[in-house]
Amino acid sequence: MARVVVEVMPKPEILDPQGKAISGGLSRLGFTGFGEVRQGKRFELEFDGDITDEVLAQAREAAEKLLSNPVIENVVAVRPLEDA
Amino acid sequence: MTATAMDPTVFTGEADAEATDTSAVSVGVVTFPGSLDDRDAARAVRLAGAKPVNLWHADSTLDGVDAVILPGGFSYGDYLRCGAIARFAPIMESVVSAANAGMPVLGICNGFQVLCESHLLPGALIRNDHQHFICRDQDLVVENAGTAWTLDYTQGQTIRIPLKNGEGGFVATDDVLDELESTGRVVFRYQGFNPNGSLRDIAGISNERGNVVGLMPHPEHAVEAGFGPEAGSGTDGQGIFSSAVRTLVANG
Repeated sequence: MARVVVEVMPKPEILDPQGKAISGGLSRLGFTGFGEVRQGKRFELEFDGDITDEVLAQAREAAEKLLSNPVIENVVAVRPLEDA
Repeated sequence: MTATAMDPTVFTGEADAEATDTSAVSVGVVTFPGSLDDRDAARAVRLAGAKPVNLWHADSTLDGVDAVILPGGFSYGDYLRCGAIARFAPIMESVVSAANAGMPVLGICNGFQVLCESHLLPGALIRNDHQHFICRDQDLVVENAGTAWTLDYTQGQTIRIPLKNGEGGFVATDDVLDELESTGRVVFRYQGFNPNGSLRDIAGISNERGNVVGLMPHPEHAVEAGFGPEAGSGTDGQGIFSSAVRTLVANG
């Protein structure tokens, strides 16, 4: 089944408490050298058929309407999932 | 306290029907899957002298109610984002159009998140800056005693009501925050302690018209002596519900 990947990230100016907690965890585990961590979301939308531009446009609309909140998040990617 | 006294059905069963008064004012309380405080909100409505009406998320009509409350809880398990799924529940279409037509609408905690996701109120609520769930009795300043839900308070009055949230940090752009401040739409502000990192200590806001109000703390848990915060009156939340009743009576 073909899939569309949608990636959503908190806006740069919005505080990301989860990312902050992860960053603390990394340094406790000895993974130094990493600075700030931002945590986003990745969605995989199954589609029965070829991923056309039209399908991508629909996914983009869904991403803006439901999958993200434009007040606090940016949709950073809407693309077909490459087969492994 | 006996087990019977803890039983929530004591407040919402048949005994309630007998106790319900004949007031012409009715206030709907929406139950979403995962709503938690719908019964407390309905009880607060009744104690304020109005008739609570249970509304179901999957219905599309408001059953002729005069006002609507979106209660606290974890609608749809807070999946995706708090309030994000509830915002598209069938009943929300009616709530949004009624709100735009001037009906008093109150969102408490999760209900506030639903109002923001619905764009009835600006901004958004994000995870608390300290990353923990917090539950405490919280002091608030009533910054605008002119909305449909705050008429019974005095401007600048301090009230103490419970607060319990994990994602209560109010955020918006500086432009939006400035506009809220300059137009009196910051309705409640945290006093003494900011429990969740909300920008400018904002605890509750309203729309331009003042009929739609959302706040993070829980007035419905402070409406009866002996059950609200121990310090202070314990009933500081009453004013929210009595304000709406007064607004509706005044509007005929």
